[in-house]
Amino acid sequence: MENSNKKFTPRLWGVHAQQFRWLKFLLGALPFVLMVTAYLWASDVRHEENPDDKLLPSIAQMVEAVTPMMFKENPRNGKYLFWDDTLASLQRLAIGICAAYLVALWLGVNMGVFSGMESIGGPFSTFVAMIPPMAVLPILFITLGVDELGKVALIFIGTTPVMLRDIYLATKALPREQLVKSLTLGGSDAAYVYRIVLPQILPRSIDTLRLNLGAAWLFLIAAEAIASTDGLGYRIFLVRRYLSMDVIIPYVAWVTLLGFMLDYSLRKMSRMVFPWYHGAAK
Amino acid sequence: MNSESTKLHLEDVYKTYGEKLVLDNIDLKVTAGELCTVVGPSGCGKSTLLRLLLGQEAADSGSILIDGKPVSHPDPVRGIVYQKYSLFPHLSVFDNVMLGLRFASSPWWLPWRDSPEHTAFAMHMLEKLRLVDARSKFPHELSGGMQQRVAIAQALVKRPPILLMDEPFGALDPDTREQMQLYLMELHEELALTIFFVTHDLEEACFIGSRLLMISQYYADDRELNVGVKRGAKIVADHLLQRQPLASTVKDTHVFREFITELRQTGFNPANKQHVKEFNLLHPNSFQTLTSAEHS
Repeated sequence: MENSNKKFTPRLWGVHAQQFRWLKFLLGALPFVLMVTAYLWASDVRHEENPDDKLLPSIAQMVEAVTPMMFKENPRNGKYLFWDDTLASLQRLAIGICAAYLVALWLGVNMGVFSGMESIGGPFSTFVAMIPPMAVLPILFITLGVDELGKVALIFIGTTPVMLRDIYLATKALPREQLVKSLTLGGSDAAYVYRIVLPQILPRSIDTLRLNLGAAWLFLIAAEAIASTDGLGYRIFLVRRYLSMDVIIPYVAWVTLLGFMLDYSLRKMSRMVFPWYHGAAK
Repeated sequence: MNSESTKLHLEDVYKTYGEKLVLDNIDLKVTAGELCTVVGPSGCGKSTLLRLLLGQEAADSGSILIDGKPVSHPDPVRGIVYQKYSLFPHLSVFDNVMLGLRFASSPWWLPWRDSPEHTAFAMHMLEKLRLVDARSKFPHELSGGMQQRVAIAQALVKRPPILLMDEPFGALDPDTREQMQLYLMELHEELALTIFFVTHDLEEACFIGSRLLMISQYYADDRELNVGVKRGAKIVADHLLQRQPLASTVKDTHVFREFITELRQTGFNPANKQHVKEFNLLHPNSFQTLTSAEHS
């Protein structure tokens, strides 16, 4: 007998809906296809009126604009503009977010475990988290200069308090039983922090890091837009003056792709290194 | 009983939370090899007593000695098995069991280095608790009963003078629970453990214990009622239990049922207020230090 329930299973709408694998994939691709189609159509319409339209460049125009940036060596310094921008931006991003992550992780775990550290750091970190990072950007540029340090510092200041708070709360949420258990097994304070708490917080902190990568990109682009001589954000804002949408759009797409790849690799890594975390969360 | 085999000695222990007196003049002596079960109505202070023994909290007054030494913060002088959260989720079964040995033998900042004796001992414990096949699994991959077996093995590798258990089988289904009870009794006899077992289940307490303590706030004494005397829970019954041969059928016998009914009357019935002098403290180790106000 056939499962009579089957024919009543809706495919799309309602809480009982179940999609086939291929349908899931198709539905996921749909918005992308729609967006690209809509753009190409609009671009086409505008190009019919004016073949030199700059506002909605066609794919061909974009390729034409970006190819030399990617593959043509600058005769003066032997650099490739596109890759050079990417490298400069990623370097700033990596240094800023890694420093923020390490500080947030160490402080957050220690504040979560030791009430003395909590008393010292708690009110201050809450206060600092309230400072709008963009508002202190001028201060950073004035005091630290408009070179790398100022931009890295902005990313650091913008993301540390949020990550710190998240990791601190996650540490606080560990059951008290674990501390007592660890002590009755002969563990010292340090052994508890670095052998029991830290390994359990690490996968959680990777999630926090992934969430804050978005904010880090925001601060990076902002800092580069205001004062820089290279970087993805700098380029986007530089070519804005010439209405060079054929450069801006590929650059934005590239930034998005980089962000996605970072997020994806962090997620994959976490699944590989901390199988117990992802298994238990299910 | 000589004093050397005394594992646990409590005298005149009081504990208050704010205005509420929870534990009221607790006297208790537990000797080596006892499986001492502690029961009482909810809110009577069983868990408070356990926290005092663990050193998680300090008593207001009175002395708590384990192996003749006053207790302080949690340390390997006692092992603990909780109902939940006993295991570390990021460690495999084997690593969970090894943890106590590793803490003692390597500093925290170095990778663990296991001596062959330690590994052999941990494997021996795993074998005893029938966990060898599960040794590389993570806690979340185990059933509730297995998790509790790992927790027992984890606590036992430190060979604590006394093993504290806080409703360890409370979250298990009835079948697994009975298996674990039989299992614990076996271990207790085989390894001559001293166990302090807190539970809210009278049947469980009567079944597995070699001694049963009832803690209750329902009793009477000679302290005036009308002057706002604060009263807390006391040990109202202390029985030496005849351990039956390991069979769960004993639970269905008439005698067993009657005993439970009697105990329920003693400790769980707010209307039934025994006088402090009439407590059934028949256990040979039992003692009671009443203040002159309690018994004039």
